[in-house]
Parts: sequence; structure tokens; C-alpha cells
Amino acid sequence: MNMKKAISGGEAIAHALRQIEPEVFAMYPITPQTPIIEAYALFEAQNKVKTKLVRTESEHSALSVAIGASCSGVRATTATASQGLLYMYEMLGVAVGLRLPIIMPIANRSISSPINIHCDHSDSMSAIDQGWIQMYCENNQEAYETTIFLQKLIEKVCLPGMVCIDGFFTSHTVENTHLFEDKDVKKFVGKYKPVYDLLDTKNPITIGSLALQDNQFKIKTEIDIANNLVPSAFKEVSKEFKETFNKKINLYEDYFASKSEIVVVVLSSSAGTVKDVVDKLRRKKISVGLLKPKLYRPFLYQEYKKVFKNAKKIIVLDRSFGYGSVPPLYKDIKLCVSEISRKIEVFSFVYGIGGRDFYPEDAEKIIASVIKK
Amino acid sequence: MDYKQLSKKINTKKVLKSGHSTCPGCPIGIIFRTILSATDEDVVCCGATSCAEVTTSIYPYTSWNVPWMHSVFANAAATISGVEQAYLARKQKGNIKKKIKFLAFGGDGGSYDIGLQSLSGALERGHDFVYVCYANEAYQNTGSQRSSNTPYGAYSTTTPAGKKEFAKNFTEIAIAHNIPYVANANPYDLVDLYNKAKKAFETKGPAVINVFAACPTNMKAPSNQTINISKLATETNFWPLYEYENGRYKINYKPSKKIKIEEFLKTQTKFKQILKSKEDIKKIQTKIDNQWKKLNKKSNFT
Repeated sequence: MNMKKAISGGEAIAHALRQIEPEVFAMYPITPQTPIIEAYALFEAQNKVKTKLVRTESEHSALSVAIGASCSGVRATTATASQGLLYMYEMLGVAVGLRLPIIMPIANRSISSPINIHCDHSDSMSAIDQGWIQMYCENNQEAYETTIFLQKLIEKVCLPGMVCIDGFFTSHTVENTHLFEDKDVKKFVGKYKPVYDLLDTKNPITIGSLALQDNQFKIKTEIDIANNLVPSAFKEVSKEFKETFNKKINLYEDYFASKSEIVVVVLSSSAGTVKDVVDKLRRKKISVGLLKPKLYRPFLYQEYKKVFKNAKKIIVLDRSFGYGSVPPLYKDIKLCVSEISRKIEVFSFVYGIGGRDFYPEDAEKIIASVIKK
Repeated sequence: MDYKQLSKKINTKKVLKSGHSTCPGCPIGIIFRTILSATDEDVVCCGATSCAEVTTSIYPYTSWNVPWMHSVFANAAATISGVEQAYLARKQKGNIKKKIKFLAFGGDGGSYDIGLQSLSGALERGHDFVYVCYANEAYQNTGSQRSSNTPYGAYSTTTPAGKKEFAKNFTEIAIAHNIPYVANANPYDLVDLYNKAKKAFETKGPAVINVFAACPTNMKAPSNQTINISKLATETNFWPLYEYENGRYKINYKPSKKIKIEEFLKTQTKFKQILKSKEDIKKIQTKIDNQWKKLNKKSNFT
């Protein structure tokens, strides 16, 4: 029997992690990520988990602890946001290079300066090319399910992964969330089988060597190959997820997008807002749909070409800038569209920086302006 | 333990094998071989980016005969924290039965400077590990740039006119964390280093050993002078041998006669400029004398 709980998005992720029960959880506070670590610390205090909690003195150390633990044959995690993610930036590449399946929830928040604690995607967008898998979640239910799903996916491809939720909009908003049975989650993620083990003192290994030119090229190429394997691994894990929980996790959500002439592309919680607008406009016989990428890294260039089969105009909504270039999601969509011979216009809009509200009227105005063009 | 027994022990354990690429006269090899021979338990090591890292782990080769990992420059202590916690979790589950000791290390750049915060965090959290700083007085891996352990007046490529500040007292910083064991050591006295490492491994909780690591490349001194110069560092009280054990200071060696700091500075071309200034030498001597006095007071007091 599934449990239904009124909890915040941060707590939803904490529950998913409780059910996964990593052996090591390194934690350092940062708004709006803190609901995750606070909820988990309470689970530990109540003896609901056997996880070793390491309350570090910085995010750099938090991910370092998780990396050290992950090399030592256990599941390890940490969570962060904004400046915290930037502070641990150096460690992102190490987790990838050592091929460690570390899951890291991100409560998306703007980056300094000016300092601002509210939501936009400029933190995780600054890390899109580091080799981490990135999945973006619309609501608490998705945040919960994605965490469980991603744990399995990252172990399959030996890459770390971020579960991104919108700071405050998702991390702090209380919603009804259906939780799976603990035993089903445990069964789904299974017993952890590390690829290598630093603690095997009988067969000592050296990790994190210095690789010179040729070997560096080879090892970095392997990471690229692993990233390319993610979509097919995703589908396999999705099948197993369906078998266990009788629910499907998709690479993306096609909300009338492949049937529509106007397609809005947006990540995370704003997708819910846009869906309402799509419903309203479709009732007025306007051919508009929504594409919500769930897996954002690696990016699904081939799949989205199919989603855009009827598109004439695409509106890309980015919650971050791309200084000196164009916003990241727009850049990816534009590249994808460039491989379609048919003419499709792509429009870029930046919205919601620093947590500015994004109302249905805003989405409507944007769509109306594009229709007129 | 005498030198004969120690050398037998080192040669049996063979934790750090020959074939690494340290410079001629570098004490890193003897420091780590001595320290790692001081426990009979299995050891897992984490190293900060440093000379000891790049010279021993060039892929696909390795000089380490024990599990060993390197992550980045600033995080050796945080990394070993994660390793130790994973070990405890597995031990609790019955997944690992044997006892494992943990050792993290860095140069003075990775310990006094960029890794200080992560080390401070790990010491405060009380993980059961030994931290070794091999203090070679500069960023040697990148070619002799100034660190906070570069001595007053010393040439480095970023202080070509000589450093204007005195070195930070890392050992006292470690002691200020109120951890069970901290020591200053010097490879000219390997038995002392061995005894300290043994104590450190046997300590429950964090232990720190700060080892003087005379670097001929940095000192601009002949490579056969490493140990002679190291000895002078202690004989002049520039690098006193002492330990801090459960709240008590103990000076392990008191030079029988006072040797002026000039004798130590003279052995290294990096002090060439400062040696021309009597005033500066006096300043250094006063600083050393004061520190020695303070240390004696502390050891008498406790």
C-alpha cells in the first residue's frame, strides 16, 4: 500500500533517500536546500536510517567526503544549491572522472552577485557540461520518484547525477506526495555493487592517478561514451521502474507538443504553469503544446526532433542567462532544430530570474507575442 | 626500536616501492616508508595533490602497495573522512571484519594553505585518522612558489626578493583543535619519526604529524645534504622535535649547545640574500628563541 504524505519537495527527496539509505550522507547547509538535510538528520536521530552523517565545514568538503566514501564501496550522497554548487565545482569533475555514482539533489537558486536566495537555474546550468546526469523535476511527486529512479540509473552508467528541483517553489512547497513502500524501493535499487573498492586491502588499488596526454584523452573519451549511453540505460531503468512501481518515468514530457504548431519548452515547476495555459489556449483551438525535458543532460537531440514534427514556432523559456552567448536551453533546442530541414522559428525568453514569479498571464503574453511575429 | 630493526621493518612492509620519480635527495620516500611501517594493521591512504602524489602515481603505474587515492589539492582530510565513514558503515553491517588504519597527507601547500579548512573540519569532527604534513617550505610541485610555511627571508619564485613574513605555526594550529595527538618530527631522526607514527596510528581519533621535509630543489642545496640540513633544523631549534599528547607537551630533544640559526641558513642558497642582512638574521634568531622559550614553558607547565 502506498503512503500519501503532505510534505515539502525537500522532504520528499529526503524520504526517497531514506528509502535508498546510502551509507554516507555528507551535509552542509544552504538555502533552499536545507529542508533535505534537516529532514534526513531527523531520520537519523530517530534511528530510521543507519547512514553515517558527516556535517562538513563546506560544500567542497561535502562532495569530497561523498567521493571518498563512494570510492570505498558504498552509496554516498550530498545535496546543495547555488553558491554551494559553485563552491564544490572542482569536485564535480572528480566524481565524473572517478566514475562514481553519487546522487546529489540541487534546490535551484540564483547565484551571486547580487546575493539572492530564490529560484533560477543559473547554478546547475553552470555545470551542464561536466558529465553529470541532470534531471529536472516539476513538483514534489516528481522529485521523489526521480531521486529513486536516478539512483539506479547512475549506478548503471557509472556517472554521478543531479536531481534538480526549483528552490522554494518545490523545495519548500508542501504538496500531497505518494510514497512507495520502503521494501519496494530497497528492492528496486538493490544491493550496491561497486565497480572498485578502495577498502579491499588484499588487492590494493591506486585511485586518482596522474594521467599524461594519451591516457587523459582516453579516459575523458570514455566519459563522453558513457554519457551517450545514458538514454538507452534510462529506458531500461524506466522499464524496471514500471515493473516495480507500476509507474512510468519518461525522458521528457510531451504535452501536446508533437501535435502542435507552437511548442513551449520549459524545465521544472514552470511546466505546470505552462500546462494550464496550453489547456486554456487549446480550448480556443490554438495549436500549442509543451515539451518538458526531464533528462536535461545528456541532451536528447534525436528524440526532440520527433517531438517537433509539427512545430512551426518554438518558444524556449530559460530560467538563466547565457552571458556572452544565448541561454543554455535555447542553445540546445536551436542546435536540435538546426538538424531539421523544415523551417522552424525558435524564440528565446529568459524568465523568473532570482525567483521572480512566473504567472499564467506571463506565459500567455509570450505565446501571444510569438503568434503575432 | 633501533635503526637496524627499523630498516628490517621498512623492507618487509614495502608499502612504497622503488621506481617513483622524486628528485635526488628528496626525503618523501623515507618519510612515508618509515611512517607506514609503524603499524601492523592494514592502511588506506589519501594524498593531496603534491610532490608525493605526482611522483608516485603516474598512470598506469603506481608506487603504492597499499590502497591509495588522490582527489584534489584542498581535500585530503575530507576525502579520508568519507573513506573512514564508509569503513565504519561497512563494519557495522558486517561487510568488513578487519581493522583498517587511515592516513591522509599533504605538503605544506596542501596542509598549511589550501587544505587547512578541510583538515580543520576533519579534526573537529574527530575522525579516526593520521594526518601527515611533509613540510617542504614551498609549492614544490609547481616549482618553488611561496607558501605560508616558506621561512622568513627565503627566496621563492614568487618572493624573488625574499619572503617578508614568518611561517605560520601549523603544529600549534593542529594542537588548538584539542585532538589527542600532534607531533613535530624530522626524518634525520627516523626512530623518533617511527615512534610518533606508531603513537599516531594507535591514537583513537585524529592525530597530526608535521614532518620537516628538506627539499634540495627548493633549498638550492646539494642533494646529498638533505639529512645534514634536516638535523641542523632541529639543532638550531628552527624545527623542534616535540609532541602534544592528551593535553601535555613534551619536547623530545633539547640540543646540548646552542647553534646559531645562521649555521642552518648558510646551508641553503635560498637564504643567500637574507644572509647579507645582520638585522634580518637577528630578527629570525629572536623569533626562534622566543618560540623555543614558549615551547619550554608549555612543556614545563603541563
